[in-house]
Amino acid sequence: MHSLTQAPFLSLAGISKRYGGVRALANVDFACQRGSIHAVLGENGAGKSTLIKIISGVVQPDEGTITLDGHAVTFPNPQAANAAGIVCIFQELSLMPDLSVADNIGITSPPRRFGLIDRRAQRRRAEELLARVGCEDINPLMRVRQLPLSRRQMVEIAKALGRNPKLLVLDEATSALTAADVDKVYAILHGLRDAGLSLLYISHRMHEIDALADTCSVFRNGQHIDTFAKGARTEEQIVQMMIGREWRNVYPPKPVRNERPAPALELRDIGWEDRLSGISLTVGRGEIVGLGGLDGQGQRELLLALFGVLRGVSGEIRINGERRRISSPAEAKHEAVGMALIPEDRKTEGLMLPMSVRDNISIAALGSMTHGIVVDRARESARIEEIAAKLKIKFGNIGDAVATLSGGNQQKVVIAKWLLTGARIVLLNDPTRGIDVGTKQEIYQLLRDLADSGTAILFYSTDYDELIGCCDRVLILYDGRIVRELEGADITEANIVASSLNLSLDAAKAPHA
Amino acid sequence: MLKSIDRPTLIASSFIVIILLAGTVYTVITQGNATFIEPAYLLQQLKIAAFLGIVAAGMMMVILLGHIDLSVAWTIAASAMLATAVGGAWAIPVGLGVGLAVGLVNGIGVAFLRVPAMIFTLGVNAVLRGLMVMLTGGFAPQADATKFMIWLATGRPLGIANSVLVWAVISAALVFMLTRTPFGRYIYAVGNREAATYLSGINTRLVLIGSFVICSMCAALAGLLIAGYSSKAFQAMGDAYLLPAIAAVVVGGTNILGGQGRYSGTIVGTILIVLLQSVLSVAQMPEAGRQVIYGLVIIVMLLVYGRGSVVRA
Amino acid sequence: MNNLRLRFSQNTGLWLGVALFVALYVFYSTLHPKGWSVDLLVQNSNESFALIMVSMAQTVPVITGGIDLSVGPMMTMVNCLASVLVSGSPLAIVLGILACLAAGALAGFVNGCIVVFGRIQPIIVTLATGAIYIGISLFLRPSPGGKIDDNLSWVATNALAEMDSTFHWFAGGAPTWFSHGPGRLPVPIVLIVLIVLLVWIPFRNTVTGRGCYAVGSAEGAAYMSGLRIGRSKIAAYTIGGLFAAFGGVYLALQTGSGNADIPQAGAYTLNSIAAVVVGGTSLFGGNGGAVGSVFGALVLRAISFCFRVVDSNGPFGFLGNPLLQPIFEGVILLLAVSLGAARVFRVKNRLSLFT
Repeated sequence: MHSLTQAPFLSLAGISKRYGGVRALANVDFACQRGSIHAVLGENGAGKSTLIKIISGVVQPDEGTITLDGHAVTFPNPQAANAAGIVCIFQELSLMPDLSVADNIGITSPPRRFGLIDRRAQRRRAEELLARVGCEDINPLMRVRQLPLSRRQMVEIAKALGRNPKLLVLDEATSALTAADVDKVYAILHGLRDAGLSLLYISHRMHEIDALADTCSVFRNGQHIDTFAKGARTEEQIVQMMIGREWRNVYPPKPVRNERPAPALELRDIGWEDRLSGISLTVGRGEIVGLGGLDGQGQRELLLALFGVLRGVSGEIRINGERRRISSPAEAKHEAVGMALIPEDRKTEGLMLPMSVRDNISIAALGSMTHGIVVDRARESARIEEIAAKLKIKFGNIGDAVATLSGGNQQKVVIAKWLLTGARIVLLNDPTRGIDVGTKQEIYQLLRDLADSGTAILFYSTDYDELIGCCDRVLILYDGRIVRELEGADITEANIVASSLNLSLDAAKAPHA
Repeated sequence: MLKSIDRPTLIASSFIVIILLAGTVYTVITQGNATFIEPAYLLQQLKIAAFLGIVAAGMMMVILLGHIDLSVAWTIAASAMLATAVGGAWAIPVGLGVGLAVGLVNGIGVAFLRVPAMIFTLGVNAVLRGLMVMLTGGFAPQADATKFMIWLATGRPLGIANSVLVWAVISAALVFMLTRTPFGRYIYAVGNREAATYLSGINTRLVLIGSFVICSMCAALAGLLIAGYSSKAFQAMGDAYLLPAIAAVVVGGTNILGGQGRYSGTIVGTILIVLLQSVLSVAQMPEAGRQVIYGLVIIVMLLVYGRGSVVRA
Repeated sequence: MNNLRLRFSQNTGLWLGVALFVALYVFYSTLHPKGWSVDLLVQNSNESFALIMVSMAQTVPVITGGIDLSVGPMMTMVNCLASVLVSGSPLAIVLGILACLAAGALAGFVNGCIVVFGRIQPIIVTLATGAIYIGISLFLRPSPGGKIDDNLSWVATNALAEMDSTFHWFAGGAPTWFSHGPGRLPVPIVLIVLIVLLVWIPFRNTVTGRGCYAVGSAEGAAYMSGLRIGRSKIAAYTIGGLFAAFGGVYLALQTGSGNADIPQAGAYTLNSIAAVVVGGTSLFGGNGGAVGSVFGALVLRAISFCFRVVDSNGPFGFLGNPLLQPIFEGVILLLAVSLGAARVFRVKNRLSLFT
């Protein structure tokens, strides 16, 4: 393996970075070694992304020094970091969808003849690199747009390898991969480590870290908390370091029920394209029903289908026992249905970022706050203040752009927007992604309060803990179908993981997950 | 919304003062008078500005959505030509009807067919031009503007030209719409992020169509006024208004990508453009110099306050 | 073979444009009273050259996700400049043409610099610089006129064989293989092929040129990949200026004069956008190419050619009515750009309409 006494390949000393008033990194010291896979752990907002952006030259630190291979360096832009052998695989893919796979792989330094790109040589090189990551099936002439997300991520990895990295940074780089590809990627990464590369691996999946890392560093609140060799800390200790307190009691208690509540939302045999088939479920008044399973098994599509966004949905939707056709969000919002959707990406689907907090909160319920055709401003302000106080949304001025708020407060604005409509059925699409722990806890409490007041909640989360902690029942989707329904004490991590992989529950007991 | 005057409006206003002062210095030296600060001159300019102002007002609605309407040129001409051709009491309704029809077509093309507005309205413009050539045989229309149209454009029962009053009424209505009604709020919302607006349960197609209708009806109204002012409609009478209208909106601080901008800015932008053109022509600047200065002013104004942010992924 | 099909399917826009042009042109030449002839081809290609160049000029900024409303004014400016510079001794003529091309490229370079360093939206930048270039045109040529070398005008607007009879390449007259073969090719077509082969194709195959596609496809991803996006954008507008300059010089040769015609400049700009779209380049950037725009421009021209030859006594005689031509052109243009709407009705996830 490696020794900690060896001079680090890259080291950061006293690095600080602020964005406006928000401190992203405070006086961070950090180092990574050659021939090692170094996992960086932390909640969203802990400063991991900023750390990576500084290392890769996307942003520049306010203070502090970077030393690479014993020399002080600065990276004014990504090209400079690239030239020094630092290559990143970002979570938001850095591929150009309209360009071919080969073009993407060779984008900055293609093979050239007479100064012009040698397409044939470029294609050969792309084929070699794709073969190296075990993706011979990808035709380098395909446009990236034509590839599914999991294949794109493999192209992204091939692209990074093609740049001969000395330090490879992977930011949630395996989140969209299929299980088979994950194994290939692990093998590649181990090979690279054995060849002497430094690898920085950002993830929030504990089992990935077990499988991959040699060293772990934990970040919290913009600070470097600790660095230790794999196995030196227990999982509980690591989690506690990440969240800074005991991970207990963050979930409100679940009510004890003797009988099923009256159904608010019933689905019969919902299907859409080849992504959803035969989905039947019921959500009762006051019930929180979770949607689980691996990412991309149709959970998002199901929520969008209910909300009238998808075209050509088959099957039957009943609201309070009455059959409804919902063909647009406007119809879903309508009183007769009373549905709300907290979308997946609040920045592009939930909010108008440059607009004020007020405008964002009132946009969905504006129609109900009018006097004739005029917005009743007094009523608008009163209701916004009420809801903002209820959700404890923190903002400077109600007229400030919502972009100036923290991620957690932005998400609260999205929720506030829908609460104002008086929705009785709330669909949530991974609502706590990128939100600090404190706000998460508030959201969990809010969901339970809503349920207690009779709202039906359908809740998709990529975080198993959340499903276990919040939901009265959990439905596991696999390949567009519900493969299992878990209830009460059956909602355990082992059961969720096993059903997600569509294994029988017995198989889950084998030492796998 | 009634907060302090925003920066673009302020800068554009001070620029207007600079133009007037510079022009006055010039006329004092060369002609020995101060034409540019005489009320009669300014009122005359306002009267001319009203035509551009009404076109720009409508244009602003579609620019706020992040779209653009390149068909206003021939909407102006078509409205004026049909109105004068029909004549009588039906002149005004026919002209405005042209605006309504064009707006609906544009709106449907953009909202339902999802063709980029720039190219779709370009096509509509070509169709309108073709229609007018077909109807007029390519010659200047013979019919005169109706008395009412002339009165509407040049009459001054209240001491101020009616065209200015029309502009004022339109402006008041649009400010009311943008700041007080849900529709106004939806325009900004769609301009900022159509997906988020749609997912908020708002019929964004209606917002798009409504805005395009407002834009085209404003252009049609301007066409009626211009025809009244020159007592005739003529071929290509709208061509001189398209680009200045876009410039007026943008110089007034409305983001060309949509979602941001205040109506007051568009008024100031219109006055700025009209005064600039007028001062340069009074100063006997040749057309060549006028064009160059015109372009430079737009660029400089935007360099001062219209700069976008750097792309950082 | 699979790759061939893939390449074909990735360029359906281009092939649609080509097919539309071929259909229209075959229709036109069969209906033409004198039938198809070299003279007709020469005439048609002369009438198309400037629009083709301006459309190519529009294409490159559009690929980056921008737009250039100053292509018409740049062409007009170079046209006026050519009417001042392109006459006199052979050396003066060559230098004059080079100066004209440089002036166009410089104008495009200025556009690109303001877009990149001024961080202003391209549509507004080029709207403003367009006014400036028109101003310069008026300054150069306040009223139509000027002088262009007659010989050059003649050879540039005729078949290649005329070049020989003017400049006497072959001692003792042209051999038959030339005068009956390549000699019959119109010079403007040869020029377009040369410009595509010597300017566009090499540019597209540089890192900077491919960067234009990358920027138009996903600017953030291009930046993250370490591309110099500013350089690509500036290059796109510069090469656009160069293409517009080719059009301006040719227009001067064709008309024998310079003319700071503002409506004409505007019409060229607007038609260039239409040609780009008809040629299969998306206004959202990231795909397409200048070759498509060549055919896009040809389609627009072929439409107007067709109206000339319709038998005014036949069943479709009304099509030949010159008063109806503009409206048919408009309707066809509108239908062509609405073709893309087919996609909208196939979309299953309505959120994808908003990208």
